[in-house]
Amino acid sequence: MRRAVLIGIPYLWLVALFLVPFLIVLKISLSDIALARPPYMPQLDLSEGLSGLFAFLAELDFENFVFLTQDSLYWKAYLSSLQIAFTATFITLLVGYPIAYGMARAAQEWRPTLLMLVILPFWTSFLIRVYSWMGILSNEGVLNQLLSWLGVIDAPLQILNTNTAVYIGIVYTYLPFMILPIYSALEKMDESLLEAAEDLGCSRLSAFWLVTLPLSKSGVIAGCFLVFIPTLGEFVIPSLLGGSQTLMIGKILWEEFFSNRDWPVASAVAVILLLILIIPIILFQRNEQKQREAEG
Amino acid sequence: MKTLMSFTATLALVAGAAAAEQVRVYNWSDYIDESLLEKFEQETGIDLIYDVFDSNEVLETKMLAGGSGYDVVVPSGTFLQRQIEAGAFQKLDTSKLPNFGNMWDVIAKRTAVYDPGNEYSINYMWGTTGIGVNVGKVKELLGEDAPVDSLALIFDPANMEKLASCGVHLLDAPVEVVPAALAYAGMNPDAKDDEALAKAEEVLMAVRPYIQKFHSSEYINALANGDICVAFGWSGDILQARDRAAEANNGVEVAYNAPSEGALMWFDQMAIPVDAPNPAAAHVFLNFIMDAQNMAAASNYVYYANGNKASQEFLNEDVIGDTAIYPNAAALENLYTTTPFPPKEQRSLTRLWTKIKSGT
Repeated sequence: MRRAVLIGIPYLWLVALFLVPFLIVLKISLSDIALARPPYMPQLDLSEGLSGLFAFLAELDFENFVFLTQDSLYWKAYLSSLQIAFTATFITLLVGYPIAYGMARAAQEWRPTLLMLVILPFWTSFLIRVYSWMGILSNEGVLNQLLSWLGVIDAPLQILNTNTAVYIGIVYTYLPFMILPIYSALEKMDESLLEAAEDLGCSRLSAFWLVTLPLSKSGVIAGCFLVFIPTLGEFVIPSLLGGSQTLMIGKILWEEFFSNRDWPVASAVAVILLLILIIPIILFQRNEQKQREAEG
Repeated sequence: MKTLMSFTATLALVAGAAAAEQVRVYNWSDYIDESLLEKFEQETGIDLIYDVFDSNEVLETKMLAGGSGYDVVVPSGTFLQRQIEAGAFQKLDTSKLPNFGNMWDVIAKRTAVYDPGNEYSINYMWGTTGIGVNVGKVKELLGEDAPVDSLALIFDPANMEKLASCGVHLLDAPVEVVPAALAYAGMNPDAKDDEALAKAEEVLMAVRPYIQKFHSSEYINALANGDICVAFGWSGDILQARDRAAEANNGVEVAYNAPSEGALMWFDQMAIPVDAPNPAAAHVFLNFIMDAQNMAAASNYVYYANGNKASQEFLNEDVIGDTAIYPNAAALENLYTTTPFPPKEQRSLTRLWTKIKSGT
């Protein structure tokens, strides 16, 4: 009994916070746009009992999903989001790994302070931090003023409202999610393994390649997923830092919802985004499980 | 039992009193003299919660979703019309609006196109959509006779190519920009058919490479700071930029012109959502705004004309006397209005807009 309750709680959680909202979105994606409040048809009328439910189900169709395949905008936006998410994850890894490595190799008494510094930015609102990047990157911003004062540039660099600014924003925002899992993997590593490798004639560099990197693999994978998954559907960063040519599915979703008032098509876009995300989420789960088994 | 009943009665009273003390207003950004908000609270004792937005689309989505929690909202004419059809607003109770007589019949006649009989809304402000320029820089790039009062400034690639380096912003609102592109092409600005949209696309695509950004509120500061040279935006916003630049004394001179090819005239209407938590307080707020002196204070601050006849004697000379704000009869002739887009045409319009902005 107790076991059933214990298992039941997380499942209940999943049903309430994931399955039910998903079914609502799926339902809207199968309905049609209407000038009403809320702006779609049909509405489920439970007062008519079962016949009402059947009448409701009969009205649903996959028209909106067919529509998504007819306009190149949507798959281009999905592809472009995937590409931006992949690239941003890779850059975050390149920046995050050395930081995590340095933290894990720092003196024991320094580590809590360094860890604290990584988490510290979370104390300020995410929105304010993205806005301050606008102040730094704009044509009249801090960076351009500094560079022109140093004499490096003559005309201001156009960084804000480009994809470069989007990458900077994503890497900055999600860096802690990359550093923390890698750090925790590296910190647990037994340093005598490195000594053994060197005793056996490994150079320091090849010891890193052959010992350190494979042992931190689980942290790298976890970090990459933690960055990739939220980046794919990111809306705030591309809309504040990106230009109009930055094509991401989050912006398309916003436009369907707000400009077209087409909740059904917006929901269809969201359902597909979710389906795309399910693959990395399952892979992430597997990785976590494998790691747990390896430890257990 | 009796104590319990009196207890619940007291609770209900407290709840009622608490509700009566709050009114939530959702208005456009940079659109009121903020001292009026304090004045309202002092005069009426009602707590005012004032939030802002910068696009009709955001407001409309909240209205159509329902349960926005706002008591007063300010959609523009065409959006208002569609939202009335969707059943988003409640009729005004004019018996609760003693200042209703202050309204200006000239404007009321025009807003009746969107809200027949003006049953659901009152006019807050109205204005035109036109061109704001950084006078010095534009003349430096295009010469003394730069066409600052013509749509050719922003739609002729030859001009835009030269202006691009110093920055051109357009409103991120297809319902404002597409009619202007049609007016420039000599077509009916209110046309919505495929042929008209194709023409608008042609005009906009030709200048797209030279447009730095589509945004509906950033241009006020950008123009005032000298970050950009040209903005296609709302009259009062550009006049606010002009004043901010003058105050900052930064050598930037901003000027506004309604395009000679015709300018869009729009109306922002205050209305009460059908599910407003406190419609009584909403009426108190509307009546406060319709007071001649209050309305004049708002217009004097934001440089937009209002639909309140009685307020005109309290307007500053640089507002009532400026034909960019209160156009004379000849200039009024040159203004056009538009009607809402039906769903199918709306989709084509949004698709066109995405294509123009993202190139896809």
